[in-house]
Amino acid sequence: MDALKQELKENIIEQLNLEEFTVKDIDNDDALFGDGLGLDSIDALELIVMLDKDYGIKLTDPEKSKEIFQSINVLAEYITEHRTK
Amino acid sequence: MKKGVAITGMGIVSAIGNSVEENLQALLTSKSGLAVSKHLQTRHKNNIKVGEVGFTNAEIAQQLQLSEDNNFTRTSLLGCLAAKQALEQARINDISTYRTGLISATTVGGMDMTENYWKQFETNPEVQKYISSHHAGDSTEKIATVLGITGYVTTISTACSSAANAIMLGARLIKAGKLDRVVVGGTDALSKFTINGFKSLMILSETNCTPFDANRNGLNLGEAAAYLVLESDEVVAAQNKSVLAYVSGYGNANDAFHQTASSKTGEGAYLAMKKALKIAGLNPSAIDYVNAHGTATQNNDLSESEALQRIFKEEIPDFSSTKAFTGHTLAAAGAVEAVFSVLALQQNSVFANLGFRTPMPETGLTPVTQLQKKKLKHVQSNSFGFGGNCSSLIFSKA
Amino acid sequence: MKTCYIHSVVSISAQDSFAEDGVISEIQEHADYKISAIHPQYRDFISLSQLRRMSPAVKMGVAASKKALMEAKLDQPDAIITGSGLGCMADTETFLNTLIKNDEQFLTPTAFIQSTHNTVAGQIALGLKCKAYNTTYAHGSISFESALIDAQLQIEAGEANNILVGGVDELGSEFVDYVHLVEQKQTQPIQVSLSEGATFCVLSSEKKEGAVAVLKAVETHSKIAEKNIVSEMQAFLKRNKVDASEIDAVILGINGDAFDVYYQNIEEVFPKTDLLLYKKYIGEYFTASAFAFWMGTQLIEGETLPKDFYIHKSDSKPYKNVLLYNQFKGSQHSFILLTQQ
Repeated sequence: MDALKQELKENIIEQLNLEEFTVKDIDNDDALFGDGLGLDSIDALELIVMLDKDYGIKLTDPEKSKEIFQSINVLAEYITEHRTK
Repeated sequence: MKKGVAITGMGIVSAIGNSVEENLQALLTSKSGLAVSKHLQTRHKNNIKVGEVGFTNAEIAQQLQLSEDNNFTRTSLLGCLAAKQALEQARINDISTYRTGLISATTVGGMDMTENYWKQFETNPEVQKYISSHHAGDSTEKIATVLGITGYVTTISTACSSAANAIMLGARLIKAGKLDRVVVGGTDALSKFTINGFKSLMILSETNCTPFDANRNGLNLGEAAAYLVLESDEVVAAQNKSVLAYVSGYGNANDAFHQTASSKTGEGAYLAMKKALKIAGLNPSAIDYVNAHGTATQNNDLSESEALQRIFKEEIPDFSSTKAFTGHTLAAAGAVEAVFSVLALQQNSVFANLGFRTPMPETGLTPVTQLQKKKLKHVQSNSFGFGGNCSSLIFSKA
Repeated sequence: MKTCYIHSVVSISAQDSFAEDGVISEIQEHADYKISAIHPQYRDFISLSQLRRMSPAVKMGVAASKKALMEAKLDQPDAIITGSGLGCMADTETFLNTLIKNDEQFLTPTAFIQSTHNTVAGQIALGLKCKAYNTTYAHGSISFESALIDAQLQIEAGEANNILVGGVDELGSEFVDYVHLVEQKQTQPIQVSLSEGATFCVLSSEKKEGAVAVLKAVETHSKIAEKNIVSEMQAFLKRNKVDASEIDAVILGINGDAFDVYYQNIEEVFPKTDLLLYKKYIGEYFTASAFAFWMGTQLIEGETLPKDFYIHKSDSKPYKNVLLYNQFKGSQHSFILLTQQ
C-alpha cells in the first residue's frame, strides 16, 4: 500500500501541475480538497480520469468522488479494493 | 417603455430545419431534432444524441456555389447559409447603400477541419489551406465576403453567450449612430473537440436532454447558425421595411465564481437579466415568456432557476428551454434562441420544454411542456457560458 | 460625448517593455522564426495555486491587467474587454493532441476549459471578483481594436467610467510551426518572427492623475483595395478633424510580406513625419498592433523609444497626434488616432 500511496502523490502532483509541492509535502491524512491541498471540482474530474486510465476504475458520479478523494489514505484503500489494472 | 432596435430579417440552419419556416414548423409540432450523428464521426457516436444539421459540407458548398479549392470550414458554411437567408428576408439588394456591419460569434471556429487534418498539416499540401481558416475570425470573414460587407466586421467569442453578445453589440452600434444596419448572430459546427471536451466535464447526456427536470443528467451538443438583420429607424422608414420585432433590452454581466460552474445564487445570470430589463425600461412583470438557457446540466438549471426566482419573485413568467429541440449550439445558441423568441412573438406561442417530467426539488418550478398559444409582447432570452459570461436579451413585439 | 482618456498602458512582449519603469532601454535582436515574449516573474502577480492551470496567454493577460489596474490606481473596472486572435492556443493543442493520441478516451477537462478564447477575460474577472460587463473579441488582427471600439462606445455614452482593455495572443508550440510552413510557400512571406504578447490599458472618462493620452478615434475596415488605402486613411483623419500635416508620428505594422505595399502607400503621404515600425522587434501575431498602441502612448507621454523603431526620425519635438495603422494580408485594416490630453 505504501508504494501505491507514493505513486498516487507523484501522479497527483504531475497531473494537477502542483509545481510547488513535493511528495514529502503531502501527508497521507491531509485533506486533498478544500482547506488541505486546495483542490477543486475540476481537479476531481482530472482524478476520475486518472482512476480510469491507471487503475481501471470507472466513476460515473462526480459528486460521489469527493468521498473517495478525501485523503491519500482513503484513496489508496479504495483503489486497492476496486482496481482492475 | 423604450421601443428598441428593429429586426428586419432572420436566417437559421439547425437540427430542426434549414430555414426559419422549417424551424418554426418543428417548434409548433414539438418535434425534436436530436439524434445519433450522421455526418460527424466520433467514437462516442452511439452513446450520445446531438443536434446535427442535415446537409453535408459538399451540399452546402454547392448551394453557395463555392469553388473546388475553397477552405470553408463547416462553421463557415453553416454561417453563410443562415446569414444569406437573413439578408434576403430583410430585402437587402445593395449592401453598400448604407453603412452595414457584420458581427458574428463562434467558439469552434475552424476546429471542425483542424481536428481532422491536425496530423497532416505538416506533410499534406492539400489540407494546408485549412491552417489559415482555423482562427475564429475566419468564418466571419468568409460570411462578410459572401454578403459583400467590407466595413465594420468583427467576431465575438465568449463561449455559450457569444451570439447574444453579438446581438447586443449590434443594437448598441445602431443606437449610437455608428452603423445604419448590421447583421448579427453566430455559428458553430459539431466537432470531436467540443464533444470530448464536454464529455470530460461529465456533463454530456446519453439521451435526449431534459431541461429543468429533477432527473436531468446533462446536455446534448448541437450545431447551428442563426443571424438577424438589425436596422436603424431611419433605414426602416426610408425603405419601408417590415419590422419582425425589436431588440428592446440587453445585459451582460460576469458571474466571477468559477471558470465553468455557475454560482448557486445565479449572480451573473441575475445581473444580466436585471440589466436587460433596465435597458428595456420594463418591470419583470412585463415579461411574458423566458426562453431559458436551460442546458439540462445539474449546475446551470439550478443556478438559472435561482436567478429567475430572484428577478421574478413569486410571479415567474412562462418559461422553457428549447435546447431539447436543437441541442446546445454553443456560440450560436444566443442567435438561435433570438430567432425562436421572435417567432414566439410573431406566433403568440410559447414553445415546449421537451422532456420535462418532474420539477427540481429545490425550486418546484415547472416550465411550459406543450406548445401554448398566448398573447406575447415581451420575451426574454438567456445565454450563459464558461468564463462566467452571462448575457440576456429582451425582444418586443413590432 | 465624453473623452476617452488612456490611464496606463502595460505591455509584455519580446522586448523588455514590462520593465519596472515601463521603458525599453535596449533593443534585443531576434533571428529565430518564432520568439517567446520576455515573461516576467508571474509569482509576483499570481498565486501558485492559480498559476498551475494557466497557459502563457492567461499568465500574460492576468499579470499585464493587474499592473495596468495598479498603475491606474483602480480596484474594480466597470468593464473588462479583451481581444485575442487565436485564443488559448497552448491548451487547445494539448487537448487536441491528447484527443488524437488517446483516440477520444481518458481526456481530462482542464485543457479544454482553458482553451476557450474568453479564458483570459474570465480569469481576470475571477481574480478581481468583478461582475461587470465582460467580453472577448476574436477577429484576427483587429481583435484588440474591436475591444477598443467597444470600450470607447461605452465611455462616450457614459455607460462606464473605467474600462480595462487588453489584447493577448500566445505562441503555442505546434500550430505556429504550421503557420510558418505555409507562410514560407508565399512569394513574399512574412519576414519577421512569429511571436506573442499582452498589452493592457485602462480607459477612463475622467482625466485623473497619471493619464497619458487620449484615444481620439479607432476604426476597423474588413477590406480596403490597395488603391483606396490613402483616401480611406485621409477620410478617417477628416472625420476626426485632423489634417495629415498635424500628425507627428505614424506607427505601421510592417512585417515584410507582399502586403507591405499598403504601408508604402501611407508612407508617401507623410514625407516629413516620424515613421515607426515594431514587428521587426516584437514579432507578428494577431494582437501585435496593441504593442503599437503602447508605443504611441509612450511617444505622447514624452518617453524615448529606442531609435531602432524609427524608419524616419525628425528632430525631437512633442508628439501631439499619433496615427497607428495595421492590416493583415490585405484585410482587417485598423486606424487609431492617439492625441495629447
